[in-house]
Order: sequence, then C-alpha cells, then structure tokens
Amino acid sequence: MRETFRTLVQRFAALFRRRQLEHDLDEELRSHLEMAIEFNLRKGMSPSNARREALRSFGGVEQTKEVYREQRGLPVIETTLQDLRFGLRMLLRSPGFSILAVLCLTLGIGANAAVFSWVEGILFRPYPLVAHQERLLALTGTARGESGHADISWPDLLDLQSSCTLMDSFIVTKITGTTLSIGDRAERTIGSIVSANYFDAIGVHPVLGRGFEPGEDSGQNAHPVTVISYQLWQGRFKGDSQIIGKTQRLNGVPHTIVGVAPEGFYGTFVGWGMQFWVPASMEELFEAGGYKLEDRGTRWIEAYVRLKPGVTLEQAQQEISAVAKRLEVDYPSTNRGRGIKLWPLWQTPFNNAGTLLPTLEIMLVVVVFVLLIACANIGNLLLVRSFARRNEMTVRIAIGAGRGRLLKQLFTEGLILSAFGAAGGLLVAHWCRHALVLLFPARAGVTMHLPGDIDWRVMALSAGVSLIATLVLGLIPAFQAGKVNLAGALKSDSAAVVGGGGRAWVRSSLVLVQVSLSFVLLVGAALLIESLQKIRGSSPGFSTQGVLFTAVDLVSAGYDADHAKGFQDELLDRVKALPGVDSAVFARVTPLGYGSFSSTPIAVDGYPSPPEEQPTVEYNEVGPDYFRTMGIPLVSGREFTRADDEKAALVAVVNETMAAKYWFGRNPIGERVKVKDRWMRVIGVAKNSKYQSVRETPTPFFYVSRRQNFSVGAGLFIRTPLSPGIMATALANEVHALDGNLALYEVITLQEQLDRSTSPQLVAVTLVGVLGGLTLLLAVIGLYGVMSYAVSQNTRELGLRVVLGADRSSLLRLVMSRGLTLMAGGVLLGAAAALALTRLLGNLLFDVSPRDPQAFGSALAVMTIASLAACTLPAWRATRTDPARVLRD
Amino acid sequence: MLVLQTLNSMGPMHGFGIALRIQQVSQDLLQLNQGTLYPALLRLGQRGWVVSKWGTSENNRKAKFYSLTRAGRKQLDRQVESWGRMSGMINRVLRTT
Repeated sequence: MRETFRTLVQRFAALFRRRQLEHDLDEELRSHLEMAIEFNLRKGMSPSNARREALRSFGGVEQTKEVYREQRGLPVIETTLQDLRFGLRMLLRSPGFSILAVLCLTLGIGANAAVFSWVEGILFRPYPLVAHQERLLALTGTARGESGHADISWPDLLDLQSSCTLMDSFIVTKITGTTLSIGDRAERTIGSIVSANYFDAIGVHPVLGRGFEPGEDSGQNAHPVTVISYQLWQGRFKGDSQIIGKTQRLNGVPHTIVGVAPEGFYGTFVGWGMQFWVPASMEELFEAGGYKLEDRGTRWIEAYVRLKPGVTLEQAQQEISAVAKRLEVDYPSTNRGRGIKLWPLWQTPFNNAGTLLPTLEIMLVVVVFVLLIACANIGNLLLVRSFARRNEMTVRIAIGAGRGRLLKQLFTEGLILSAFGAAGGLLVAHWCRHALVLLFPARAGVTMHLPGDIDWRVMALSAGVSLIATLVLGLIPAFQAGKVNLAGALKSDSAAVVGGGGRAWVRSSLVLVQVSLSFVLLVGAALLIESLQKIRGSSPGFSTQGVLFTAVDLVSAGYDADHAKGFQDELLDRVKALPGVDSAVFARVTPLGYGSFSSTPIAVDGYPSPPEEQPTVEYNEVGPDYFRTMGIPLVSGREFTRADDEKAALVAVVNETMAAKYWFGRNPIGERVKVKDRWMRVIGVAKNSKYQSVRETPTPFFYVSRRQNFSVGAGLFIRTPLSPGIMATALANEVHALDGNLALYEVITLQEQLDRSTSPQLVAVTLVGVLGGLTLLLAVIGLYGVMSYAVSQNTRELGLRVVLGADRSSLLRLVMSRGLTLMAGGVLLGAAAALALTRLLGNLLFDVSPRDPQAFGSALAVMTIASLAACTLPAWRATRTDPARVLRD
Repeated sequence: MLVLQTLNSMGPMHGFGIALRIQQVSQDLLQLNQGTLYPALLRLGQRGWVVSKWGTSENNRKAKFYSLTRAGRKQLDRQVESWGRMSGMINRVLRTT
C-alpha cells in the first residue's frame, strides 16, 4: 500500500521534471550501449558486429524508451496535457475563430453569471453580513377578502413573539426617513425603526459601541438612541472615533449615538441602503399617525422571523396561523378577518425583492436562450472548422488514432474555449454587479444598493453552465468526426447543391434554433415595450403634466402642529402668489409614492357589513383645492375649501368605487361614514384614480380634510405650466424667506413620480431589450455565416447555372430564397414557442395580451429586415460568380 | 527479484552490469532483451527498493549506479522466503503425486 502511494507520488513528480528525466534516460541507455559494444569488442568482434550484437541483445531502443516513459509518468495526465497543448496551438492557429467563439461564450456565460449573481445578491442572500439568511422569512399581515399583504400591529407582533415556539426571533423593521442636518448641510436620509433585538437577532455586531438593549423598544419616546451606518459615520461624521455618546438631532429630538454598524451592512431592505436605526419606542417621532405601540388596530410594521434550525415554512406558518386565529377571537374589534403570513425572503412583498422578482425570473429564462444561441453560433463555427480539419482528422484516423482519442481531443478544445468563456463571463458578471442600480431612476436621499453577489454558488453554477457548453461544443464536431469516412474523405470533395447535403442540414437546423429563440425574445421585448408605453401613457386619473410635487420636511425640523399649520398656510399663500402658479395644495401622502396611506375600519349607515369581515378603506388627508390642483374630476358634490377646518363639521370625499360599494350606487352626498370612530359627512364623489400603483384595480378610497385630521408631514402639489427647475429656485427662495434652516426636497413633475413607480417595468424592458438585441445580432451572424459559407462552397454550381443562362436576378433569388426559407422556418417555430412562453411575462404586462398581434408583427418585421441584411451580402457575392473562373478551376 | 538479488550480492552496479550478471548467473538460459531491464529498475526505484546515482564505471565511463535500499533488502528477504515456500510446496505436490 505504501509502495503504491509512493509510486504514484513519484510518477506525479516526474511530470514536472520531464526534460531532465528524458535527458537522464538518453544518457543511461547510451552508456549501456557503449559498454555493451566495448564488451563485445573485447570478446573479439569486429566494430560493426559488436554494435549490431549490442543493439540486438538490448531490444528496441525507442520501444524501451516508450515503455520506460509510460512507467515513469502518468500517461492519462500526459495525454491530457498533450491534448491541451495541441488544442491551444490549434486555437492560436485560427485566432479569428477563437476570438469569436470566446466572445460568444463570454456573452452567453456572462449573461448567465450576471443574472445568477443578481438572483443570489438580491433574492436569496440580499443582506450582507446577516447570519443564516436561509432561515430568515418575511412576515406580513393579511386581510380576508383582500389579496396581497398588509402590515402588522405592534401588540399583535408581541403576542406572536410570546406564543410561537418554532422561531428564534421576530425582527421588526420599518423604513423611515429624516432630514439630517450636520454642520450646515441638510440631507434627506433613510433609516429603519427596529425592535430592540434587531442587531443581535440578525447577528450583526456594531464596530463601535453597541446595538440596542432589551427594553429600548418599549415606552413612548422613552429611548432616544440611534445606531448609525458605517457610511454615515465615515461620510457625515468624518469617522470621528469619539462618536459614541454624542447626540444627533433626528426629527428635532436629540438622539444619543450608541453604535456604528459595520462596513458593508446596509440594513434589511432590498434595494435601499439604510443609514440609521432607531428603536421602536421612538416610532411616534418618525411615523405619522400618533403613538402606535399600544394600538392593536394600527398596522404599520414590516417584519422578519428567523426559524429555528430544521423548521420548515409550512410548520411555522401553521403555528403562526393558529396564533392569528386566537387573536381574531380574543380581539374581534381589531383582528376580525386578519391573518399573518410568512414569505420566503425572495418573495418579500414590502421591498424591492418583490418588485424585481418577476423580472429576474424572466431573465433566468432569457439568459438560457442567450447561452443556447451563443452555443449554436459557436457550433456553426466549429462545423465550418471541422470541415476544414477533415483532412487532419482523416490522417489521424488513418495512422491509427482511436475514435476515443479524437473525441478527447475535440472535447479538450471545447473545454479550453469554455474555460476562457467562463473567465470572461465572470468578469462580465463582475462588471455588471451594480448595473441594476443604474436602471432605477435616482431619487434624492435614497442610496440604492442592488448588488450582484458572486459567491461560490454563482461560481459553481457558472462552471456548470460552461461544462454544459463544453459538452455541446465538443459534441458537434464529434458528431462530424464520428462520421468521417476514410474512403470518402480521401477522395476530393465534390460540391453539393446550394443548401443540400448532410452537413448543411445540421448547420441549417442550428440557425433555425437561433432564429426561433431570438424571435421569442423579440416578441417578449416588443410586448414589454408596448406595456411600458401603455403604462407611461395611461392616465393615472390625475394630471401628470403641469403639476409639480415637492416637500419641506417640517417633521425633522421639529415643528409642532400649530407651527406647521402657520408655516404651511404662509407658504401656500406665497406660492400661489408666484407668477405662473394656478393653484397649490398640501396633502399627506403622494399618490404612487412609497409612503403608505392611512387606513381605517369604516362603518356606513345602511351598509350591513358581513360578520366575517371588517370593511377597511384607505384614505388621504388633503387640503383645499386638492382635486383642482391634481386634475381629478369630481362626479358630484364639492371639494374641500378653507372653510372645512377644525371648527367646521367633519367632511369626506369618496371615490366612485367606494360610492358604488357602500352606497350601492345611490348618491352618497349628505350620507354619513364613520372614520376612526368619528362620523363624517360625504360632500363629494371623485373619479377613481391610481393610488399606490398604476397596475391596481379600482379600489374604494376616500379623502378627508387635512385641517380636520392634521399631521405635520405633507407633500406640496403645485399646478403650473412652469418647469421644475424654474419652480425649484422660486420655491427655495420662499421657503428660506420663511425659515432659513429649512431645505426643499427635489421638485419633480407628477409624470416623473409616475415613471419612478414603474421602474420595475423599465428594468425589465431594458434587460430583455438589450439581451433580445444581442441574440438578434448573434442569430443574424449565424444566418450570415451559413449563407456565405453555402455560397462559397457552391461556386461551381452557381457558375454552371450562369453558363446555362441563369441571370443575376435569378441567382439572387436562389440564394435569398434559401436564407429567407430558413428565417421563415425559424420564425414559425419561434412564434409557436412565443405563444407558449410569453405568458411567463404575466405580471409585467400591462393592458397588453401575451399574444398581442402587434408585438408579434413588429418582431416579425425586425427579424425580416435583419435576415434580409444577413442574406444580401452572400447573395450579392453569388451574383458575382465568374463562370469562366469556376469552370477553369 | 533477480535484480534485487544481483544488487544484494554484488553491491552498487550499473544497468549493463546487472544485465550481464543476470545473463551469466542464469548461464545464458535467460535471454531477455536487456532493454526491459530499465523500466523494471524504474519501477523498483519508484517503490523505494533501489536508489540510483550517477558515477563512473571501471572504464571511466559515466553510468548510473543502482544500489539496494533497506526497504529493498527487506523486500528481497520477503520474496526469497515466499519463493522458498512456494517452490517447496510445488516440490511437495510434485513428489507426492
């Protein structure tokens, strides 16, 4: 046993000293022969006899050397090395082919690796530094009779925490924002309201100071402490090493900085990098709507749970549902019809994971297409080459190379190509790591963070992809080589009819596959572009042109309600007095923004609510002239005026859907609706508009007077034909005139607001469009390659046709018709595939059928033009065939 | 085994010497190709039973000298013993029948 191992080691070591050992062997054998000759001479032989006798008794010198070499090294490795060397040499000999092939592979593997890395970094392991993300699940509420997700109330969460046994921890996190003024610079910053266990539960340990301590998340405004991000510490606090214990005003209240999070920790919100964390006890300061820690009816929390090891989602969900059921019974007034739902991290509905999921799913399919098309292209190139190498293969078989050895050689060449391709692909993925962020429109105060994560899983997957590519690449020429027919190959090649012959059949089907796959992608891209146009062109129910949106952060500046009312009234008057301003209004929540609307259980006179369900409706707090400013038409009644203030009777405006649902289509004006335990009189009915997303279906919604439901935070809407740039300067002046310490948010049009809300569609369109274009290019190159090859191989036939009287136009027709037949076949296949596959786009499509004829039409048009372009050059070359030369050859 | 035995009785030797010696000892009955000796020597070297060193022959010629290692000697003892057992057994079998 020890000897076997020793032998192996020695043999392996010998691989690296070949030259030296070879030299030794030569020396040794030579000295042996010389001694033998000398010995024979001494026995009295003649010199020539002595030499002959020495050689005879030695046996074959070269054979001995060969046996010796086989015993010395490891033949398997040596032939592999030989194959590698030979393969490299072959690839270097045709650099054009090699570069093209490696580029195609780089593209195919790179696209795969990039999307894998996004899936890994955004969906599966989205939170750098957070431990055991595989056991992390997102937690949301549900409401019976409603799809989607809802938030959770703090008391409900505490009950879940104390009743559930299958979870290690419940982690609360709710995104919030503030305007951070440090020195003379004020900047919008986002952060999270978290439970006190946050840092411990996710296993992230501050580099300075501490995380939050148990109990810091209870009590009203009881613990003004904060942990800041590493970037904030380095950037705004200049890396101050004495930072711990210092105070920073957040929303007007001094907070003690108790910790600095480690570098590279961005919080737990996919897409946005968090800059600070405050405990839930400070919630009232950062969240509109008052103190909520003791209010079971107010749902505002987004949360994660960490399962105990070995617990499945189903088991955990069962336990949680049981607790939720109990809460329904215990607290019917707030919890009737309410459930709790667990989501895998990659389906997290309350951050960008949810919005990117459909896009990334589609990308996974698309990149497989890209890889297939790239492989088909290289396959085509290899076929051309295997034709050129047919002589080489024939000779090698003729002198006794086994088929296996030939196959090994071909696979080795494929492996070299795909190794280069994989390296290039990973490089591409590395470059594309942060590309997704670029596709999202920038917004002030938000650090986008959507990293691709190239870890060992991504590497392994890419390696797997390359191996498959290798197999494919090796198989194509192997298929060819396997068919080498010695007798036939040694005869001179005879030309077939254009497009005829077995080899052309393989190549044509490769092109067919390429054309059909890229047609599918073209259809997909066309559908997405069409929906994006529809979305961007669709009316959200309010004016998108001529209305500007901005805000002044009074909450962060520490304004109380009275001061805020005074400031906002004053500012409104000044803004309305600006030249070019038609009207202006404050409203608490911006439609299609991230901020969430208030929601309330309602009661309506004469509407019997079903026992199992508690009607809950969302609403917005808006000022006078809101509907006029936003361009939302009123169906009947009136809108809010300055008279609808604290002293006046409570009023509300409902939308059409709400009127239809709760008043069964009767005119609700003058009827009563109970909102947060206060009865309000309906004064108007507004047309439906979009509230949270352009894709939502009409939902009941209503508006209340801001004055009668006041909270400090609000956005400013201005109806004006002026551009945002001009308006921003004028507005900033007015704000500064009122309070020199206040900064204005960015000023944007509502169209911009709409566009931001549709960024997932934009991302999908861009990605599918870019890759669709690439595959089209690859397919066209493939088509061009096949056609020009066919023409160059068939000059004899073409020349004969000319001699027999064919004119140029008929030659043109002949070649073009070949190419276009291929294309038509590919398009037919592709169309069939597209009909089956475009349904995958499902959620990304807006108001466009997955079988939309217009999209198929435009894809067809693009494909036809591209194919015509690909065939024209070869066809033109065919018409230039010189019959005299052909016949002479 | 022959090679090991040769090296054991003659001390360090070069390839030609070994070949010659084996030929003489077997009284030319064993007419192997001398070339086959070298892969065999290599195999013994790889197993650690012999070591080789360049040196000069009696006629001042550069040659590689092979010598037995301790492991090689042990191996030889084992082989001689097992050969003895084997041939004894065969002899007994031949005699009894």
